[in-house]
Amino acid sequence: MASLFEYAPAPESRAVVDIAPSYGLFIDGEFTEAADGKVFKTVSPSTEEVLSEVAQAGEADVDRAVKAARKAFEKWSALPGSERAKYLFRIARIIQERSRELAVLETLDNGKPIKETRDADLPLVAAHFFYYAGWADKLGHAGFGPAPKPLGVAGQVIPWNFPLLMLAWKIAPALATGNTVVLKPAETTPLSALFFADICRQAGLPKGVVNILPGYGDTGAALVAHPDVNKVAFTGSTAVGKEIARTVAGTSKKLTLELGGKGANIVFDDAPIDQAVEGIVTGIFFNQGQVCCAGSRLLVQESIQDELLDSLKRRLSTLRLGDPLDKNTDIGAINSAEQLARITALADAGEAEGAERWSPACELPENGYWFAPTLFTNVTQAHTIARDEIFGPVLSVLSFRTPDEAVAKANNTQYGLSAGIWTEKGSRILAVANKLRAGVVWSNTFNKFDPTSPFGGYKESGFGREGGRHGLEAYLDV
Amino acid sequence: MPTNALTAQALADVTVSDSTLRRFLHGLPGVDAVGLEARAASLGTRSIKTTAKAYAIDLAISMVDLTTLEGADTPGKVRALGAKAVHPDPTDRTTPTTAAVCVYPDMVAVAKEAVAGSGVKVASVATAFPAGRAALGVKLADVRDAVAAGADEIDMVIDRGAFLAGNYMKVYDEIVAVKEACGTSARLKVIFETGELSTYDNIRRASWLGMLAGADFIKTSTGKVAVNATPANTLLMLEAVRDFRAQTGVQVGVKPAGGIRTTKDAIKFLVLVNETAGEDWLDNHWFRFGASSLLNDLLMQRQKLATGRYSGPDYVTVD
Repeated sequence: MASLFEYAPAPESRAVVDIAPSYGLFIDGEFTEAADGKVFKTVSPSTEEVLSEVAQAGEADVDRAVKAARKAFEKWSALPGSERAKYLFRIARIIQERSRELAVLETLDNGKPIKETRDADLPLVAAHFFYYAGWADKLGHAGFGPAPKPLGVAGQVIPWNFPLLMLAWKIAPALATGNTVVLKPAETTPLSALFFADICRQAGLPKGVVNILPGYGDTGAALVAHPDVNKVAFTGSTAVGKEIARTVAGTSKKLTLELGGKGANIVFDDAPIDQAVEGIVTGIFFNQGQVCCAGSRLLVQESIQDELLDSLKRRLSTLRLGDPLDKNTDIGAINSAEQLARITALADAGEAEGAERWSPACELPENGYWFAPTLFTNVTQAHTIARDEIFGPVLSVLSFRTPDEAVAKANNTQYGLSAGIWTEKGSRILAVANKLRAGVVWSNTFNKFDPTSPFGGYKESGFGREGGRHGLEAYLDV
Repeated sequence: MPTNALTAQALADVTVSDSTLRRFLHGLPGVDAVGLEARAASLGTRSIKTTAKAYAIDLAISMVDLTTLEGADTPGKVRALGAKAVHPDPTDRTTPTTAAVCVYPDMVAVAKEAVAGSGVKVASVATAFPAGRAALGVKLADVRDAVAAGADEIDMVIDRGAFLAGNYMKVYDEIVAVKEACGTSARLKVIFETGELSTYDNIRRASWLGMLAGADFIKTSTGKVAVNATPANTLLMLEAVRDFRAQTGVQVGVKPAGGIRTTKDAIKFLVLVNETAGEDWLDNHWFRFGASSLLNDLLMQRQKLATGRYSGPDYVTVD
């Protein structure tokens, strides 16, 4: 549909980022090839263009990296907290200085809109380093005893949905508490972690404190299983999380898992409707819905269901899908062909099971991996799309009549990561929030993050908390 | 028509008594201030360039109500303003005319003559502007004066004191009376003075109250207080006119006024219009800017787009 007010494309310049044709592993402060010489390609999801070729870490590389981290641990953990803080502050400042470059890089490698990398991801990445830098010399006052000790070498495996942010969530508290790190970024988004390796060098971080090993699942498995790793932290799918839990079981390794979710976004009839619509959009279409804490189940009170759906559909029609580097883009590309296939299959299952599918008129680009924002109505608790995590821009709409029913439906899931409550009544917010089995409950907002606020799950959404004072515990011997 | 459409009877029932009106206005969805302001701010980051910018600048110029509301206004000043409204940029006759000139009632005749034949409307702030603190008879006389002198549009201020006291029916009755005094020749803009209404919930209620009473336009402010038009209060009023049309089929215009000084700001407001109320409002019949210093910045930006160079304040007229 031709619009009166056609926004001209406003693409962010790619010139601010210099992507090398190939990258090595980052072990003991040096970039190095994989022992067996294996490499893999990383592509831009919005164009399918090959961005770079990256070394793929094998078991031997994992061993080298863990050894380097072990060696570095002695000196790093012995540094006064105020010294470690200096490095972290330096890293935080370099991230801020290079934020435009990192935002463009992340958008190229991940497919998410520049609006999100620039305005959400990068500010949060820097904030996490600043926040945990502040804790480094105050660990004795964190409530874990007068002189809590670090655990040792942390093996960390992170997902592709927020590559740099998840790195920050993992590395900042680990370093602040005196641990050293071997981190495996996801195979589809290794680049920002490799740029981070360069930032560590720029900050003069001692060799071996941070090691980055790009690779696939087997690299992660080798890292998790390595006998000299003291702490495992994983963010990703529930299936992989269970595998990791089995591997770690019976060892002395400490483990935290941030897994899947099927968040309920509950809208009561006295909600601020226009803001609730925005919150629903943020809840499920932020980062193309590829968010573990996405509000992928909309629970709306029956009395306002029609009104709310009218508003929501009208709002979805204004979402702009396309070139993620364009500043006007709201919805970018799906991260990989594999993920697109998974979303497509689940959405098809929704239709096959009788839910009603709706998407706004929306042209998808020819190249790349794209999925139009999608809404399912007539969904019940028995539908697959109400139970399985889709990890894509697909919203399932269910209804309820009473607050008790809303709580029962919201909790009726194997997950428990996030939930949202929309009402103008403060007492209802408190009453309902107390009954929800979810790690994060947002009220009259959604998908808001802050380094000071702990984040983590119930049930199959994992255990352990990241962020805030609570986030320190996972990296301390307490 | 959506499922929640109000029937004519239901609408009429709303204004049967003080209590029905009150119940209706307080039954409107609440406004979450943080969410509203975040939405307004995020729409402000849309990047509008080249052709979109050229379109937006011309559209914004055509939506300006060029205003002079000073005690010191003279016929000469008003004539100068009229000339500028007709030819905003004398060096480029492709520049659109502004929507209207806005003056005090006693200057309507002068303004009318100054813009004669150009299509530029004459708006007048009647109803004891800007405080509105006068007896209804005085306000109505003010309106009738302006209409008799040829005003195409009447900008009325509501009685904020009555509104804040919860006396909604009094405000409603006044708007109805003024609308009647406007007759068929003048469109009525209702000014809420949102800065004095203070809360977003109040602004939504005032918007509905104005529309129920027959306003052709709802307008943020007089430009005479500290807080005037903001992206957030304008977004809220755009939501109100959008919802009102969805429920009644009646379209009402929106006019942010005061404090919008730059092209950049004006374009942000146009994005709000486009993405909230929709394209049907992207027209000076349905959206206006109550801003006078804005026009020169729009003209300078227009010259920049045409020539590739910034000119400067001496390349646009001072009044």
